[in-house]
Amino acid sequence: MTDAVLKPSETSASGLPLTALGVGALLVVAFGVLPLVGGEYLFDAILTPFLALALAGLGLNILTGYTGQVSLGSSAFMAVGAYAAYNLSLRLPGLPFLLDILLAGVVAAAVGLVFGLPSLRLRGFYLAVSTLAAQFFVQWVFNKFGWFSNGSASGVITVPPLTIAGVALDGSVGRYLFSLSVVTLVTLLVWRITRSATGRSLIAVRDHETAARVIGVPVLRVKLFAFGLSSFVIGVAGVLWAFAYLRTIEPAGFNLDRSFQILFIVIIGGLASIRGAFLGAGLIVVFPLVLARLGEALLGGLFDSGVLEMSQRIVLGLLIIGFLIAEPAGLSALLDRALLNRGWRRLTARARP
Amino acid sequence: MSLPTALKSAFFAALLGTAALTPLAGAQADEQYFPLQSYRVGPYAAGGTGFFGGFIDYLNLVNTRDGGVNGVKLTWDECETQYEVERGVECYKRQKSKPGVAAWNPLSVGIAYAMIDDVGRDKAPLITVNHGRTDSTDGRVFKYVFPLLLNPYSETSGIVNYIAAKEGGLEKLKGKKLAVLHHGSPYGKETIPVYQLLAEKYGFSVEQIEVPHPGNEQQSQWLSIRRSKPDYVVLRGWGVMNPVALKTAQKVGFPVDHIIGNVWSNSEEDVIPAGEAAKGYTAITTQASGAEYPVLQEIVKTVYGANKGNLDDKKRIGSVYHNLGIVNGILNVEAVRIAQAKFGKRALTGDEVRWGFEHLKLDAARVEALGAKGLFHSINVSVANHEGEGRVTFQQWDGGKWKVVSDWIAPDWALLRPIIEKSSLAYAAEHGITVRDPAAEEASN
Amino acid sequence: MDWPFFTEVLVGGLLSGVMYSLVAIGFVLIYKTSGVLNFAQGAMLLFAALTFVSLTERGLPFWAALLLTLAAMVAIGATIERTVLRPLVNQPPITLFMATLGVSYVIEGAAQLLWGTQVHGLDLGIDDRPLEISGVLISIFDLFAAAVAGAMVAALTLFFRYTRIGLGFRAVADDQLAALAVGLSLDRIWTSVWTAAGVVALVAGLLWGARLGVQFSLSLVVLKALPVLVLGGFDSIAGAIVGGLIVGAVEKLAEVYIGPFFGGGIEGWIAYVAALGFLLIRPAGLFGAKLVERV
Repeated sequence: MTDAVLKPSETSASGLPLTALGVGALLVVAFGVLPLVGGEYLFDAILTPFLALALAGLGLNILTGYTGQVSLGSSAFMAVGAYAAYNLSLRLPGLPFLLDILLAGVVAAAVGLVFGLPSLRLRGFYLAVSTLAAQFFVQWVFNKFGWFSNGSASGVITVPPLTIAGVALDGSVGRYLFSLSVVTLVTLLVWRITRSATGRSLIAVRDHETAARVIGVPVLRVKLFAFGLSSFVIGVAGVLWAFAYLRTIEPAGFNLDRSFQILFIVIIGGLASIRGAFLGAGLIVVFPLVLARLGEALLGGLFDSGVLEMSQRIVLGLLIIGFLIAEPAGLSALLDRALLNRGWRRLTARARP
Repeated sequence: MSLPTALKSAFFAALLGTAALTPLAGAQADEQYFPLQSYRVGPYAAGGTGFFGGFIDYLNLVNTRDGGVNGVKLTWDECETQYEVERGVECYKRQKSKPGVAAWNPLSVGIAYAMIDDVGRDKAPLITVNHGRTDSTDGRVFKYVFPLLLNPYSETSGIVNYIAAKEGGLEKLKGKKLAVLHHGSPYGKETIPVYQLLAEKYGFSVEQIEVPHPGNEQQSQWLSIRRSKPDYVVLRGWGVMNPVALKTAQKVGFPVDHIIGNVWSNSEEDVIPAGEAAKGYTAITTQASGAEYPVLQEIVKTVYGANKGNLDDKKRIGSVYHNLGIVNGILNVEAVRIAQAKFGKRALTGDEVRWGFEHLKLDAARVEALGAKGLFHSINVSVANHEGEGRVTFQQWDGGKWKVVSDWIAPDWALLRPIIEKSSLAYAAEHGITVRDPAAEEASN
Repeated sequence: MDWPFFTEVLVGGLLSGVMYSLVAIGFVLIYKTSGVLNFAQGAMLLFAALTFVSLTERGLPFWAALLLTLAAMVAIGATIERTVLRPLVNQPPITLFMATLGVSYVIEGAAQLLWGTQVHGLDLGIDDRPLEISGVLISIFDLFAAAVAGAMVAALTLFFRYTRIGLGFRAVADDQLAALAVGLSLDRIWTSVWTAAGVVALVAGLLWGARLGVQFSLSLVVLKALPVLVLGGFDSIAGAIVGGLIVGAVEKLAEVYIGPFFGGGIEGWIAYVAALGFLLIRPAGLFGAKLVERV
């Protein structure tokens, strides 16, 4: 387990014009078209959770994909972000909410730094399991100390309505557009960083720590930076999850299953790839719904819902396994190759490792 | 499969995702629809199958025996949540577009919280029988939320009153020592202030001991209990924590008949895994267990006789969760019936059913007419009181079944009401809700 | 200080620790040979206990049920190895880990589909009355569990020391390439290791099942085993035993003596933090192979 956990799959920058075009078109659809045609179900049950989880996946990808450090505690940082934003808006009512989000991210980053310290000495699964300390400790803290939930008797918080610059975004479209804007901005930021010298030192640490050290990369600092940045992004994702999506916060919502879910998004989407997080989140959010719908429509009359649900669990597990076997490099690589096969990007292919 | 094929199927799936997820039409014109956010898989499956099984069995009985409520057929469908909040939200968004929604019954605190805003906007009642948000008892603030029969505070008061009865009166509580073993979650901690309040009032002492989730290890907690030697241990447990508590109590020699379980520690599933160690354990309940009540006999005859019963295992008929589901069914159906008396014998809107719940008054005679005498006591919901003064009773596990060992006990509602109102009014202020005036509303009706 | 009470907590902790070790050993077997952190161990444990209990409830005698379950576990272990891990050989460990998560979904789903979601009691016929030795209570069931764990470790040790497959296992664990070079069949060794992990899951499943009841939450006991692994090393059976004892003792003593300062409930994470603190001093754990940085 000393080797880097993964292999690169991100393309070089030479495919940029086409990619930029694709991203632009997607953004036009997401910002301009969907809000006009979509219904409440589409936003509240699919798109908004998709955006929040994709962002969390992106955050974890910085750590796991680019820097090669596995974390099983992602949802703890989502929780930190969510609780921080709640308390900031509660206790400093003068602050604009956008600043709350930023500060919540910073708080999550700070907590991430602390739990990132073991990475300076530990590798592989030892590190992965030790990040579980964050998972359980953070959940315990929020559960234990009523201050964080403002003394709510049941410990479950109902968050205040989302208001940006005096405009209430309490409809499903408003909350979706808000999430979309935040996700777009943060993604842009992450994209810039991964393309910078800092981004290359992350990859250097992942691929070969000792070699990175030899060429003068400050390995320890880079690792901590990755933990901090990753936790920041995941923290912001937590804010979206709590404020734009569920509108309630309880410690149990940020449990180990959620951390695994985020890890799934990263692995299935594709490590060290920005669009991988989005592809992975799409699959993880939409696929179970499709499966449930299909199961209900095709077999609903024959079996009771418990049997259906258990079968879905089996199918989901099998699909994950099958997918990992068929395409260990993730959806992102799959997309690459598919585009390649059609000759769309023949020219950009040469730089691929 | 080749890659392009894989890609195609991925696109196909995405397409399906958007197309298939647009809701299907369910109920027809004169049908009243109960969306069920059930859970039949996962750690809480035992509770989910029992409760939703009982609920469906009762709805089935009303349809088969009476042809619905005054000719309005009852329909339902299930959406699996696995007890996870976001799945519950997805289910809500999916199911709410079907016509004729009567009421929501998620049986999950987390899901209920996530729905509070939405049910207010969509004007449909949210029923959290025996659980939920305590301050939603105040219907002046929480217009659409109903913690029917028993909220967590009343439950606590009921338990203390029972212990007092056992000891020979409230004044005998003085100097007694209680330990509350609670689950390490918001649910577990919810009643801490109420125990404090009651302890101060009656002069007993309380020690709160937390068991971390999921509670499969309790050695240290029970050794602490053994050292501090309380007179009673109240188990505020959850899932696997309950049998482990009983087993560990036996291990450290704490007498099982001095352990009192709360309303989520009172089912067969909580005691059977503990085997011998559970014999003599007592727990609170709002509904007696057993299948001897007329309404259950009718369900056995009419529903299970026609092979339409919902439980796979017929031995579970009359179990605690099954009976809770049946009682919940009775309350829902009666609310619809009461609302129909006012608004007409047709499929009602959610808001009209909410009116029905706010006038849900079932006295002993009506309960008996429903075939539920002894199954549960009575209910008396009003605009201001969404809980409805449910009574509790206590049953003891004899190794094979639960046996009722107490009368119907009334919690000390008057004592609890001020702290409930304090919390609900704070919520109203925080969320800009105008507090309703019950007298004015009754006058205008 | 109340010494008898302290002893009681300590002994209780050590005995609980043995139960953690039982689960941890299943992880170690697989990690040692194939470098996979098999998260499906918990699901396997659940499947074993559920199958056994359902068979006995259907009237099978103890031994028949045990043998049938054993056969099922062997089959499951071998199937996972064949269908999931072999195609994924040479993939990064994290991919393998995710695959075992997928496996755990499949097993959990299948277990409940086959046997239902009912909660069962499991009675191994041990009356769990406390035994009092000079003022200190000791649970008979825990002693029995410790004895079973001891017997299992002894059996595993004998197996690895004296059988051909066992020797092969050790060779593979030491150096996979060298083992291949001298003509050992990796496939056979992996299959037998997964089989052994299935058996360990059966033993752990029955003992934990008797403690908790047989229900879905049984699969959560893996969370108790993970800090043991961190502490003892992922690749050392001795480490799993000693780590388990330490984790059990630390957890209980901390809950009783430190917990009250925080209002209790620290047991859920204290083991992880303790293991972490220890690792910062000794990164390879108690008995783990020393990690050497390769250039």
